Parts: sequence; C-alpha cells; structure tokens
Amino acid sequence: MREITYTLALNEALRTCMLEDERVVLLGEDIGCYGGIFQVTKGLQAEFGPDRVVDTPISEAGFVGASVGAALTGMRPVTEIMFIDFTTVCMDMIINQMAKMHYMFGGRGKVPMVLRTNIGAGRGTAAQHSQSFHSLFMHTPGLYVAVPSTPYDAKGLLIEAIKNDNPVVFVEHKRLYNTKGPVPEEPYRIPFGRAEVKRFGKDVTVVATHALVLAALEAAEEAAKEGVEVEVIDPRTLTPLDSRTLIDSVKKTGRLIVADEDNKTCGVGAEFAAIIAEEAIDYLKAPILRNCSPDTPVPFSPPLEKAYMFGKDRLLESVRRLMAYA
Amino acid sequence: MKLSREQLISIYRTMLTIRLFESRVADLYARGTIPGLAHLYIGEEAVAAGCCAALRPDDYITSTHRGHGHVIAKGAELKLMMAELYGRRTGYCKGKGGSMHIADMTLGILGANGIAGGGLPIAVGAAWSAKWRRTDQVAVCFFGDGSSNNGTFHESLNLASLHRLPVVFVCENNFYGISVCQQKHQAISDISVRAAGYDMPGEVVDGNDVLRVYEAAVKAVGRARKGQGPTLLECKTYRWRGHHEGDPNQGERYRTKEEIATWMAKCPIQRLSRELIHQKIATRKTLEAIEQEIHEAIDAAVAYAAQSDFPALGEMYEDVYASEVNSK
Repeated sequence: MREITYTLALNEALRTCMLEDERVVLLGEDIGCYGGIFQVTKGLQAEFGPDRVVDTPISEAGFVGASVGAALTGMRPVTEIMFIDFTTVCMDMIINQMAKMHYMFGGRGKVPMVLRTNIGAGRGTAAQHSQSFHSLFMHTPGLYVAVPSTPYDAKGLLIEAIKNDNPVVFVEHKRLYNTKGPVPEEPYRIPFGRAEVKRFGKDVTVVATHALVLAALEAAEEAAKEGVEVEVIDPRTLTPLDSRTLIDSVKKTGRLIVADEDNKTCGVGAEFAAIIAEEAIDYLKAPILRNCSPDTPVPFSPPLEKAYMFGKDRLLESVRRLMAYA
Repeated sequence: MKLSREQLISIYRTMLTIRLFESRVADLYARGTIPGLAHLYIGEEAVAAGCCAALRPDDYITSTHRGHGHVIAKGAELKLMMAELYGRRTGYCKGKGGSMHIADMTLGILGANGIAGGGLPIAVGAAWSAKWRRTDQVAVCFFGDGSSNNGTFHESLNLASLHRLPVVFVCENNFYGISVCQQKHQAISDISVRAAGYDMPGEVVDGNDVLRVYEAAVKAVGRARKGQGPTLLECKTYRWRGHHEGDPNQGERYRTKEEIATWMAKCPIQRLSRELIHQKIATRKTLEAIEQEIHEAIDAAVAYAAQSDFPALGEMYEDVYASEVNSK
C-alpha cells in the first residue's frame, strides 16, 4: 500500500467528504491559500472556492459559534482551531453550546460539526502554543473526542467524524503531521469507540495516545529484546472510550502503564488509571504507572522543554520498573 | 406601513399571550410550582411580537435567558412550554432544559440561551447556512444591552457584515444588565451607533411601540432577504419585573419605584389596544374575547403541565448524543 503523511491523510479525508457532500464546509484561520498552519487544508480553497473553504477573521468565538448555528440548520462544518490553546477563547461555544444543545433541547436539533485542532510540545513555542489539554473535552458530556496516532487512523477517523451526527473535537498532534504510513486511496470509516491493539503482548499493557503510541511501539520493540512482551493499546477515541479492550488487556497482563501528553493531574491518564482501579484492581500485579506531562505550563527554553517531554526511553524504563514486581 | 386588521389583531394577540403567560408563570413561581429560574419578559412584549411578525415560519431566531416572549412570538406551543417549565417529560425539552433552553427546530427556534451573548454567533451561523444552502431564510438574533459588551456581539457583527449575511441583530435595550444600569456598563447611550463600526445600518426604535418595531423589522428583514446584509436594531424598552422572579421587589435594590411606574405607564399592550379601539379596528368587546381565549389556552397549558409526568430517572442518560449507533 502507498504511504502518505498524516497531514495528507487528513487532507484526503476532507477532500473526499467535500466532494461527496456539499453540506461540508471548512472554516478557520489561514486555511485558504495559506493551506492551514500545518498544511492540512492545502489546495482545498483552490478546488472548492472561498465560500466553502472560508478564511475566517481571528474571531474564534464568532466562527465556532457560527459553525454551531450552521450545523443546527443543516450544514456539516469542519472548523479548524489553529492550536488547542486557542480553544480557550471560544470555550463557551464549545462547552455550553456545541456540546449541550442536543441534550438541553431534549433531542431537538443536532450539531453535526467537527472541531479540528492539535496538541503537542516540542516546537519551542512555549506555554500558549504547545498545550495538550484534550482531557478537558473528554471531561465534557456531549462531545466525541478523536485522537488519531497514525495516518491510517487520521483519515478513517476524520471521515467518520464528519459523517457523525454529533459534535466531534478532533485532536491532531503536531509531531505526527509529517509521519508517514500506509493509507488506502479509497474512503473508509473507523467507527468511534473501538480501540486498536497496535501490538499484542502478555506481560505489560501500555495504553497510549497520539505520538506516544509510536513511542510505546518503539519501547515494546526494545523490551522484546529483553524478553518482555508489551501490549500497546491505542484508544483512538477518548469519547466514546473502549474501556473493554483496556480492561481485558490488563486482566491478561496484570500491569498497566499509561502514556498521554496531558498534564498528570486530572488528565486522560488519570481516567485510564481510575477505570482499571475500579474494574480490574484484583488482576494487578504491580502499581499503575502514569506517564504524563508535568503539572507545569510548557516551558520555552530548549533544555526545559526537552525535560518536559518524554518518549520511548521513559516508557521502557516504566516497563522495566513494572516487570520488577513478581 | 399599512397593516391589515388581521395582522394587527394577530400582533395584539401575540403580545397579550406573552403578557398573560408570563403573569401566570410569576404566580406559579411564587407558589413554588415552577422550579429553577424564571426571567420574565413582561413590559418588553412589543419587541418579540413586532420582529417575529416580520418573519416567515422558516426563518430563524436565537433567543436569550429571557426567552419566553421570543419563542411564543415565533409560534411555540404554550402547552409544551409550560410543561417544560414544570420540568415534565412532555415539555419542549423533555424536562431537561427548562425555561432557558426552549427550542423547536421546526419553528426555526434555535434555542433560548442561558449564556448572555451566546446566541449571537449561532444566529450568524444559521444565516450563513441559509446562504450556503441558497435559501432566502433570515435569522433574527435577540440579545440585551448587557450582551452588547460581550466579545460575541462584536465578532458576530463583524462576520455578518463581512459576508453580508441575512441576520437582523435585535438589541433589547432594557437599560440593565441584571442590576447594573446602562450608564455603568457602557460609555454610549445608543447601542445602535456600534453598527457603524461594522459598516451596517443601525437604528434606534421605540421598543414599546409595536408598530414602529414591526416597521423597522420589515425593513431590516427585507434587506437581509435580498442579500443586502445585516442590520442592528436597538429597541429601547423596559422589564417591569426583576431580573428573575427571585430578584427582591422587582429589582428595587438598583432602581426606583418611580422609574418602574414611568415605564409601566408606557405599556406596549395598552398602547396598541387604545390604538385599535380608537381606529375602530377592534371593539373593547373583541379584545376582551381574545383575552378570554388566551386565558383558556394558558389554563389548558397549566393543566397539561400539571398532569404530565416527570421524566423517568433513566431519561437523564438519554439524548447526550444524537445517535448511539456508533458508540460501543
């Protein structure tokens, strides 16, 4: 199968849906001739015109709210927020409006829209362009939250998100945009709420999101050389969450490592750990280990930012720590 | 602007329905029958009635926390409204939304809204949607003087003007954001001047004169429908009651009895009824018969609400998502 980047996979998903359904429109800052800050919408304005691929003013509450109104009245907007950090200026539209309308209105009206954004540190962009607070959306009832880790998942999950009748926060990852992987040319949908076991193993479960899925697979490769079989689970969507796959895996391995880039306190990792504590504690042979970002803003200075981030080495060390328990 | 007898009577009926519905809510609230919050629209009826009379059934409105008047004027059913206020499963929102979240997509009511300024971008989106779908629908966005200081006001006017979207922004300037009077919350006295900053027409309207409101709305809606872009209408009016029914003595902590009395003397409903009788469009008897009909409809709505069941506890978990087919 041909290999393309995560960015191109997302671009193909958008293009496919726009060709198929004229209700699909794109809104966002610099998504037109500029192609989007990470080039996800490259070429789409030229192909579909400025009315369907709209360069919005820097006015997030305005255009996210407008996307909600458009979705309520028959459109399927896909709206880009340049960095997840900028969702804070339109949080009312996301949390009070987009997420809650269907419920508050007793099922009257749907909000079929996708809010695309991205997380991840590592680009030297400090505390307001590097955050990873996707757990905030997982915390909010009424939203679906997709977290693709591979180009294949990126395309299939984005097509599903656009076709889904619910509001979806689609969380991409900055360090993944240039990664490559096999992606079919034809359209396909990945159903929400189905985790993928990216590697099977019997000794330790690592549940990882985004770029840490790749780090976990590298760590698993090294651990295998030491005779330890690591199972790597990628939930792919945080809401709905396939907790079954996670629980079953931990029942088999008895050891859980969580790897997610949100802050440790009240982050995605805390939720995974809590699920296992509630549902499978009797199966644990060792404590649960959470690998998350420190509870600090993302620092600017390169050595500090490097220390803030983690990857394969930290996960491998975690595997060894847990294997030390009998 | 010449209105037919039928239209005038219909506008009168709408205003009086709002007034009597709200009066009944005030009574039921005081008795403890209606839980939660009730922000009543009494005194401001001409704005909703005048604007919605200028709309087609397929046009859109967005509303506010003080939304009963808007949704009644757009055609909402009193029974479903009252049942919702009672928290019953037969209500507009199955008892999950209450007073501040009444919505009916089939009537173009995109929701009352508990967040001040929350409805403005949503109206812009509905108007944008009409443009994308190549219909000639119009969106009317109701909001208050308080919301005109929110970022969403400015962002929405900018977007609507930039894309010449069919929106009419209707500011109900009742001179108070809860307890803070206009002089304390903004440096201008006419909010309509802000339209100039977004290159759209802005107009001050006597919000207690339903015929002037209607006239201004017809003009603004007509412009919007023809693709000439948005308008900002500032309707100056007054709420007779407190911010909500729990506001002591109808807001006497922050306004005088004399001020309230001055505005009550400008009652928009009496103003129209005097006009109708004076112009011999209706007799006092006809108007009394209308009032009687409305009372009966409200009685029926109250009975319907009172006889309806509360939602079953399991219904709490329904409608979080539109369809669970894709969930695990």
